[in-house]
Amino acid sequence: MKITEKEVRYVAGLANLQLEEGEIGKLQADLESILEHFDKLNEVDTSDVAPMAQVLFDAGETAALRADEPVAPLGNEAALANAAQKGSGYFKVPKVIER
Amino acid sequence: MDIPSLTIDSIRKGLLARQFSATELAGEALRFAEGENPKTGAYLHFSPERALAAAARVDERIARGEDPGRLAGVPVAVKDVIVTKGLRTTCGSKLLANYIPPYDATAIVRLEQAGGVIVGKTNCDEFAMGSSNENSAFGPVRNPVAPDRVPGGSSGGSAAAVAQGTAVVSLGSDTGGSVRQPASFCGVVGVTPTYGRVSRYGLTAFASSLDHIGPFSRSVKDSATVLGVIAGRDAADSTSATAPVPDYASLLDGNVKGLKLGLPVEYLKDLTGESGELIARGVEKLKTLGCEVREISLPATDYAIACYYIIATAEASSNLARYDGVRYTVRSGHSDTLADMYRNTRGENFGAECKRRIMLGTYVLSAGYYDAYYLKAQKVRALIARDFARAFEQVDAIVAPVSPFPAFQLGEKVDDPVAMYLSDIFTITGSLAGIPCMSLPCGKTAEGLPVGMQVLTRHFDETTMFRVADAFEKAGAV
Repeated sequence: MKITEKEVRYVAGLANLQLEEGEIGKLQADLESILEHFDKLNEVDTSDVAPMAQVLFDAGETAALRADEPVAPLGNEAALANAAQKGSGYFKVPKVIER
Repeated sequence: MDIPSLTIDSIRKGLLARQFSATELAGEALRFAEGENPKTGAYLHFSPERALAAAARVDERIARGEDPGRLAGVPVAVKDVIVTKGLRTTCGSKLLANYIPPYDATAIVRLEQAGGVIVGKTNCDEFAMGSSNENSAFGPVRNPVAPDRVPGGSSGGSAAAVAQGTAVVSLGSDTGGSVRQPASFCGVVGVTPTYGRVSRYGLTAFASSLDHIGPFSRSVKDSATVLGVIAGRDAADSTSATAPVPDYASLLDGNVKGLKLGLPVEYLKDLTGESGELIARGVEKLKTLGCEVREISLPATDYAIACYYIIATAEASSNLARYDGVRYTVRSGHSDTLADMYRNTRGENFGAECKRRIMLGTYVLSAGYYDAYYLKAQKVRALIARDFARAFEQVDAIVAPVSPFPAFQLGEKVDDPVAMYLSDIFTITGSLAGIPCMSLPCGKTAEGLPVGMQVLTRHFDETTMFRVADAFEKAGAV
């Protein structure tokens, strides 16, 4: 599987990762050799196999549900305690909407 | 008090006989751990206030004549990916260098309710991604057995702390071998229970369909006791299992006569050198204990590495999306727009291995590649699980190596990510199937490096796994 520098930049954009120029070339080489190994899966016939998304157990479909009763929330102050920037009880971020 | 020789039982006896108090033990254990830590760097930070408060509660219970709990006074180290309320939890990442969690993981709550004393948080690969502990933003951990070598990863600090004797037991997390491989490199016991056996509430998510919390200890019985404490349904984790939790530690009778054990031929053909010889001797020892050993086949093994690294990185790329500079303390200072703030925060703070995995995971999930990689890997995962299900129709447990080689030199493999990934072959198969598996010491190489043997059993049959391991341990050196 050949991977181009353009593809590396495109995927980094999807992943919201700002990469240095030096990192792009290294990742291009790494991804290429790892994806080459991944191509090994093409040898396997999986035409009659259902995908396994989770380890499945014999639990009823409502096993994970609890009674619909309110419980105490974390609270505004605790939830904001690790905010990079906060104010007036909210997380603050750079301006999103231009006026 | 000889801290490194303590066990859960010896601490309980000492406390109940009033030979020492939990507070005295905690103080001494902390002094010892802080003094020894520079040799390995196993701990990132210590938690003296929390430890002494937990010890005081144990002493109060004893003074009132109450049972002090199954882990009364036991010094515990916790991998720094498991959140602790009010106690810094960094995940080995610059991104969380100052993160103070507002809640405790369920496993932590249960440990402390049982009288456990958390002495500190241990170093690990960043967000538990790595096989050598060299991906921590706060520096590597040295193997206590051989300081120029890695302790394994990603739970390297938790394995090293127990091997070094600075904690009696510890908690790690295992996604593809991150408990078992460092346990084998450091010569201690490490357990990955059935998927869903232990609540992951408060375990920082890496790959949610594969993540487990599991214990380390110097004896099989101590890991069995810890698992008995932390396992069981938790309303806060919808994937935690409702199956009842046996009292594992009380079921270790040392008798494994007539038990059928399987040896996967696909694993042994790749295992050469001293590790192979030691595993062969371990298998002979199990035969002398009365186990029936036969060869079994796990034909999809060749595809496990590709399968695992597609699924794990795909899930990781999604789970790590939350570190965006908004909620978790660190934000890049060089951004005028929201989009730049996300990109710069992540680009400046994630380490090389996390970036590599985020990129891989994003790639295999992206339009045009989803079916070829992610969906295909999920199908191959079903084949790997089917292999184990078929094997367990013939045998009660599977015995296998943990790693193709013992602990390697610091820096030896950092430049070759593919080689590092390939070394996970023996541990990731059990992870993909979600079955219980553990590593236990199986002798040392001529150089004195520990080698671990893996025992794997059916879903929720931790009891058989512990019984085999315990009988093996009681039978002495290989």
